[in-house]
Amino acid sequence: MVNKIWLALIIIGFLFAAVKGDIGVVTQAAFDGAATGVTVCFGLISVLVFWLGIMRLAEDSGLVKTISRMLGPIVGYLFPDVPKNHPAMGYILSNMSANLLGLGNAATPMGIRAMQSLQELNPDKQTASPAMCTLLALNTASITLIPTTLIAIRINFHSANPAEIVGSTLLATAIATLAAIVADRWYRKRNTYRTPPQATAPPNISLKG
Amino acid sequence: MLDWINLISAWAVPVMIAFIPLYAYFKKVPVYESFVDGAKDGFSTAIGIIPHLVGMMVAISVFRASGALDFFVGWMAPLLSWLRVPPEVMPLGFLRPLTGTGSLAFTTDLIKTYGPDSMIGRIASTIQGSTDTTLYVLTVYFGAVGIRNGRYALKVGLFSDVVGFIAAIAVCLLLFG
Repeated sequence: MVNKIWLALIIIGFLFAAVKGDIGVVTQAAFDGAATGVTVCFGLISVLVFWLGIMRLAEDSGLVKTISRMLGPIVGYLFPDVPKNHPAMGYILSNMSANLLGLGNAATPMGIRAMQSLQELNPDKQTASPAMCTLLALNTASITLIPTTLIAIRINFHSANPAEIVGSTLLATAIATLAAIVADRWYRKRNTYRTPPQATAPPNISLKG
Repeated sequence: MLDWINLISAWAVPVMIAFIPLYAYFKKVPVYESFVDGAKDGFSTAIGIIPHLVGMMVAISVFRASGALDFFVGWMAPLLSWLRVPPEVMPLGFLRPLTGTGSLAFTTDLIKTYGPDSMIGRIASTIQGSTDTTLYVLTVYFGAVGIRNGRYALKVGLFSDVVGFIAAIAVCLLLFG
């Protein structure tokens, strides 16, 4: 699906520019986009280097394992194929709490660390495991208690009640997250029936039924 | 309640920065060396994301700059006004999953033009705050570990974006309408 969306965005953009007789815009936009991509990644360097350093301390001291053991059961039902005491649980939990508190700077490195940890459990390194898909679903919907950026913008433009959107945002984000979890569950079930993962199932045994 | 959450948000990172090394020290971890060792991976991880993100940003940038995005938004407008949705917020529905900075800029512009306390301003704030940029999250998270085949993850992300978008509008119309 990524392949199709990616191609569609480029080709549709190309056709629109061609029809409008402004084809030069494609070149300009392509290089602007490339520059943005690099700039964003460079911005990630400092954040990732710092947080992965701190996360290593949490790991070496056994803190991640302790968190996994204590709070693992809470999110365990979302990640049935991750062992309960696996460090991945600790990272998933820290990623979720950082999202909840709106700590974008910390949430991304922790999410990446959780992905790396899930990758160790993944039999096929190029294909996302169900647990990875669930983690991604939670992050795209991203439950946030306080949308800090938005409140700041509303204050900037002299809102009478800048924080009045907290309730509506929380409700909307909860609904979106619920939809993500349900959809993820549905696809996960469907996929295990249709295409048994090769690494765990011998080819001569059908997993149907 | 709100004050408490704000307080926790403000303290969370500083406490982590101080507490984690201290805890590690008591557990006899060589704190500085261990930090540096873990931090090493940060650079290569960030650099590894570049090809993924450049690819995605180029496609999105071409799509936006060519006017294709505006066209699709204009095409949807009559349907939306029939559904009582202010057509002004519609571009956000397309922008939000594609680009975080783009949709934030658009939201800021809506708030500036119509005022933060207008229905449009409230809906835009809610949409912007309630979901994350699906394509960005997918690109960065999967790119960082070298996943090529994301299976159904994108479908799930986009589906939750659509649900979130509709929910944001419905909640605002109910709450503030």
